[in-house]
Amino acid sequence: MTALLNLNRRRDPRLAWAGLAVMAIALLVLPFALAGIGTAWVRITNLAILYCFLALGLNIVVGFAGLLDLGYIAFYAVGAYVYALLASPHFNVHLPFWVILPIGAAFACLFGVLLGTPTLKLRGDYLAIVTLGFGEIIRIFLNNLSQPVNITNGAQGVYMIDPFRIGSFSFAKPEVIAGLSFSGPVKYYYILLAFLVASIVINLRLQDSRIGRAWEAIREDEVAARAMGINTRNMKLLAFAMGASFGGIAGGMFSAIQGFISPESFILVESIMVLSMVVLGGMGNVFGVVLGALLLSYIPEVLRYTVGPVQRAMFGRTLIDPEVIRMLLFGFALVLMMLFRPAGIWPSALRKRELESKAA
Amino acid sequence: MTQRASAEGPPRDAGPPVGGGAQSALRGASILLEASGIAKRFGGVQALTDVSFTIRHGEIYGLIGPNGAGKTTLFNVLTGIYETDDGQFMFDGEPLDHLKPNEVAARGIARTFQNIRLFANLSALENVMIGRHVRTHAGVFGAITRNARTRAEERAIAARGFELLEYVGVAERAHDLARHLPYGFQRRLEIARALATEPKLLALDEPAAGMNATETAALSKLLHDIRRDGTTILLIEHDMKLVMGVCDRVLVLDYGRKIAEGPAADVRANPAVIDAYLGGDIALDLKGA
Repeated sequence: MTALLNLNRRRDPRLAWAGLAVMAIALLVLPFALAGIGTAWVRITNLAILYCFLALGLNIVVGFAGLLDLGYIAFYAVGAYVYALLASPHFNVHLPFWVILPIGAAFACLFGVLLGTPTLKLRGDYLAIVTLGFGEIIRIFLNNLSQPVNITNGAQGVYMIDPFRIGSFSFAKPEVIAGLSFSGPVKYYYILLAFLVASIVINLRLQDSRIGRAWEAIREDEVAARAMGINTRNMKLLAFAMGASFGGIAGGMFSAIQGFISPESFILVESIMVLSMVVLGGMGNVFGVVLGALLLSYIPEVLRYTVGPVQRAMFGRTLIDPEVIRMLLFGFALVLMMLFRPAGIWPSALRKRELESKAA
Repeated sequence: MTQRASAEGPPRDAGPPVGGGAQSALRGASILLEASGIAKRFGGVQALTDVSFTIRHGEIYGLIGPNGAGKTTLFNVLTGIYETDDGQFMFDGEPLDHLKPNEVAARGIARTFQNIRLFANLSALENVMIGRHVRTHAGVFGAITRNARTRAEERAIAARGFELLEYVGVAERAHDLARHLPYGFQRRLEIARALATEPKLLALDEPAAGMNATETAALSKLLHDIRRDGTTILLIEHDMKLVMGVCDRVLVLDYGRKIAEGPAADVRANPAVIDAYLGGDIALDLKGA
């Protein structure tokens, strides 16, 4: 019976632990290897991890509970602005990050409930349209809340946002610890990695719990779920609230890392991007979502650095602007992936097949 | 609620495997559900008119009638999917007014659906485990921390789920997706899922539809077992052999009105019932012949 409850554990626990250990070491060494290629790649990796975190939050809403949310970036924006306003010269408030991140999460959570409440009876396309509108409303508010009282500084955005800091230890400054030089992005890498691991654990545990099963029941058949005694209203609000909290925390980290935010960072395309990560990776499967987020974060960057040189090597000059062809190839890759793996690259059905083979 | 405690503790070793409580059988002929003057209208269609009946503890109560007679509508108003326009249900001594479906389930009425509504992409076991939701308590905090209490509850949920699958005879396919199960298994899985909510009243909407004779016989035995183990059953069914075989009493609806109620054998002989099923003229012809 206990084996049934640990669906995600491999058959040989020693092998699984060894695999985990190898992966952990690889992840710990990774930023130094990347720094060898160029600090830019450490930054790109940091953003990729941030997107993983964000996609995992959206996975709770879309993957687990089956609620199509096209305005998810709004919660990211709320978290980012809460951090920016409480840790910048804009209001001359400088709270430490461990105080602001929970505030940002709570604020985003509140907005999640605000979005969830009026949309409880909507499903599918209708819900998508309302959430899309919600995302735009938040962005437009951020753009215009500069008068009569200047709250968000409008389209100029908020700048000189404090980095993460613990006492005199700042995550923005390079430092030499035990003979190893840690640049700012490398330091952030570790804290982001810690957050990502925590969010993966939370996602996995939620999925395999009473709450996760209730979400899956709602996704599968809402009428039957209610008839089985599941309070669908509360469970949907919970999904929105949890997803939004993840978004809020991610937004706070984004603010700190970038040091500058403006409403430009939270446009609809970003929402669609995060949703694509979830869908492409495999809705509902935690590792699929992480994979999707990594791919969609890295592919455009890899193309950015390769499209130009490849053209010059082949034709001796740059025929098409790399920026144009980059997005073209990216879109093409998306279409191909959806054609050949419509359920995602790593669909959650794999887990089911694993279950079936175990039963046999 | 004695059943509630069992949800957290280890599965009950002794006693009946199905919830509902053996004590209900002791109460004998006391009334579990009393419907009085139930009416439901959809626009210009009067789906139910002044339907009154009572279901006693421990009985298998049949609900029959031609297609479109309002049987499923009655189920839907009883389980809170629709609101009644008039009338009231008294369940276990308390009214069921303005309750949402999940609240009705929490009060102790579980149902199945005419066109099976399982969670198709989840395993059979997961389907039954979801049925335990309403009798268990772990929240987000418990799920994330996986504290001792949550782990114990999860074990109890899975154990009970497995027990119920065995009870209805689906245990061998516990880890298959619900949609991969044969039709008869799906019907029985839906019953197991409903039983997982520990109902006092189990409402089954055409459980034998599409079943062959062997499957129907097995279902008949299952219904007897469920009743023996203390759960009252409300059964919509078209298979008259099954209805006559298992039901203590039967209610007949036609055009949303009650046309007969009573012991199965009496109802079968009732001219109004024959009339409703066969059409007035044919019934007269048959009698004349």
